[in-house]
Amino acid sequence: MSTNLRIALRFLTARKRSMLMSLAGIIFGVGFFIVTQAQTSGFEQFFIKVILGTNGAIRIEDKIQATTFTLAAAGHDPDASKFEVETDRTGRKYIAGVEDPGLIIEALRRFRNVAGASTVLEGSVIADSSFKNDSAKVYGIKLEDHLAVSDLAEQVARGHGSLDDFRTTPQGLLVGKVLADRLLLSVGDSLILQAGTEQRRYRVSAIYVTGVSDIDKVRIYMHLGEARSLLKKATGASFIQVSLFDRDRAPQDAVQLEEILRHGAKSWQEREVSWLNAFKALQVSAALTVSTIILISGLGMFNTLAMLVIEKTKEIAILRSMGYSRRDISQIFLWLGAIVLGIGTVGGWILGFAVTYGVSKWPIHITGIFTAETFQVYWSINHYLIATLCAAVVVMTAAVIPARRAARLEPGDIIRGTSQ
Amino acid sequence: MSPPVQASTEFALRCENLHRYLGQGEGRVHVLRGVSFAARPGKVTAIVGPSGCGKSTTLYLLGLLDQPDDGSIWIRDRLMSNSSDLDRTAARCEHIGFVFQFHFLMQEFSALDNVMMPMRKLGRLSDAEMADRARALLKDVGLGDKTHRLTTQLSGGEQQRVAIARALANQPAIILADEPTGNLDVKNSAIIFDLLTRLAKENGQAVVLVTHNPDIAHRCDEIKPMRDGEFC
Ligand SMILES: Nc1ncnc2c1ncn2[C@@H]1O[C@H](COP(=O)(O)OP(=O)(O)O)[C@@H](O)[C@H]1O
Ligand SMILES: [Mg+2]
Repeated sequence: MSTNLRIALRFLTARKRSMLMSLAGIIFGVGFFIVTQAQTSGFEQFFIKVILGTNGAIRIEDKIQATTFTLAAAGHDPDASKFEVETDRTGRKYIAGVEDPGLIIEALRRFRNVAGASTVLEGSVIADSSFKNDSAKVYGIKLEDHLAVSDLAEQVARGHGSLDDFRTTPQGLLVGKVLADRLLLSVGDSLILQAGTEQRRYRVSAIYVTGVSDIDKVRIYMHLGEARSLLKKATGASFIQVSLFDRDRAPQDAVQLEEILRHGAKSWQEREVSWLNAFKALQVSAALTVSTIILISGLGMFNTLAMLVIEKTKEIAILRSMGYSRRDISQIFLWLGAIVLGIGTVGGWILGFAVTYGVSKWPIHITGIFTAETFQVYWSINHYLIATLCAAVVVMTAAVIPARRAARLEPGDIIRGTSQ
Repeated sequence: MSPPVQASTEFALRCENLHRYLGQGEGRVHVLRGVSFAARPGKVTAIVGPSGCGKSTTLYLLGLLDQPDDGSIWIRDRLMSNSSDLDRTAARCEHIGFVFQFHFLMQEFSALDNVMMPMRKLGRLSDAEMADRARALLKDVGLGDKTHRLTTQLSGGEQQRVAIARALANQPAIILADEPTGNLDVKNSAIIFDLLTRLAKENGQAVVLVTHNPDIAHRCDEIKPMRDGEFC
């Protein structure tokens, strides 16, 4: 062990109580920093999982009005089309819907990051159970395609009934939990859907729960063929839902897809930008709030060390007279900071870890943009690293000033002052 | 490294024409007015004089704890008075042992730790060797059975003896003692003085001590009377 560290350890015990106070501050600061970050990003990650599981990573909709080349050319030879990309985004005109979804899906297969694509035909209907009626949105899907781009299977498992019934029943429907409750529907009940003048009778195959109340209260899944006849759209699609292997590449992929497929393509980051920004703001504000605990314990540390320098001037003079350099003296006080920092951060990690774990088991009932039964936490080493960095900057800054003051003391002045 | 100005290997320590002002503004006092002095290895020099004549100030300058406003100090032929803080610090560690009037020991450390402190800084011995040497030194000063006592558990005389053991730790060429027996009774004073002179003679160290005690002064090899910042 270095001599300076050895001396620092002895000095530490000289102001045990105020050192312990600063230490406690750092432990709590680091611990709470970790807990709040784990929570805020936990809810963010949960939200992302939910939106990816319901609306997919990228949605392709609305054909761009062709100017210099045809969709067919783009679909069959995406590389060639790159040379004729229209750069002026503002002047772009869109035609609602996807004209030839088959062509788009075929083109999508060439993208390495695309995991799956599902054609969706969307339309507004009036849903009429024997008790009540309510407006709803039907989503005509090919079940197997859609299972590949969503967590629909999981969402049905969280509700009632089974996908097998839907799979084998042409008139089968998958109804959101909130809508089903509102219409007093259970699995096996029949339901009349009305679109324009068209009116047909269906059967509830299963009730699903996404947790997103905006979805669960309006969305009804049905077979694409049935949707075509109900909505009277023999061809085309409202949009194509795309899932990706690497969800973080969605924005770049969307831009590329838009240029190549000549259809508007929106990534989940773009669609949910306001929610994602709200989560980020929450995360930053939690970090700033909790950092003040670290900051205050840093001030306490500064105070403690400044007092210690005054209290130990005689010792500093003795050390200097024995040949300890200014650098040794400042090192001793920096060591004091480092020791408290070290114990404080490790203690903070343990506290943060334990509380995060405890909170993740905490039953709460949240509904709104999503539904959760417990506090959501996200485990990330980054939260620990950032908390450590924050504590290190604060504590070491608090140690540097007293350390420099201690190093500047002139042994002659001190000894003259005390021996007189 | 500066070349020796005047080769004189006879001297462990030498100073010429030291001047020192203390205080600021109106209160500025010309404390040392041209002090010249030399100390030989194996010899004990006593500086005597009335209170406030500048004895301690001289000793701090010689111990490189303070810097003169004018004049030169050589430690073993090496001019130290205008060298850097780092060089003077290193010289203190290697060549100078200081005994203060008030047994300046490190609180919270044992007698053994205190004696090992200068050795740790010098770093020439292993941990075990340092501990052995510190124990031997404490035995020499009659504290062989109290090596692990904290300094607060020792009497004034015992603390002063630890301070002497510590001053001897790195086998310095020069031992400077500022009234080492100043606040001890007659019996303890005699013990401390005998200890210092005996150990110094055995090791060939130059001892410079400040004292008010005429008995002690007369037992030294040389007496330097001082008055108003000058030797007379
Ligand atoms: N900081 C200071 N400012 C002004 N004068 C000082 C200061 N320190 C010491 N002195 C003066 O310097 C003189 C010499 O002090 P010192 O060397 O301690 O004397 P001694 O050790 O011989 O008793 C004294 O007259 C003292 O008053
Ligand atoms: Mg004095």
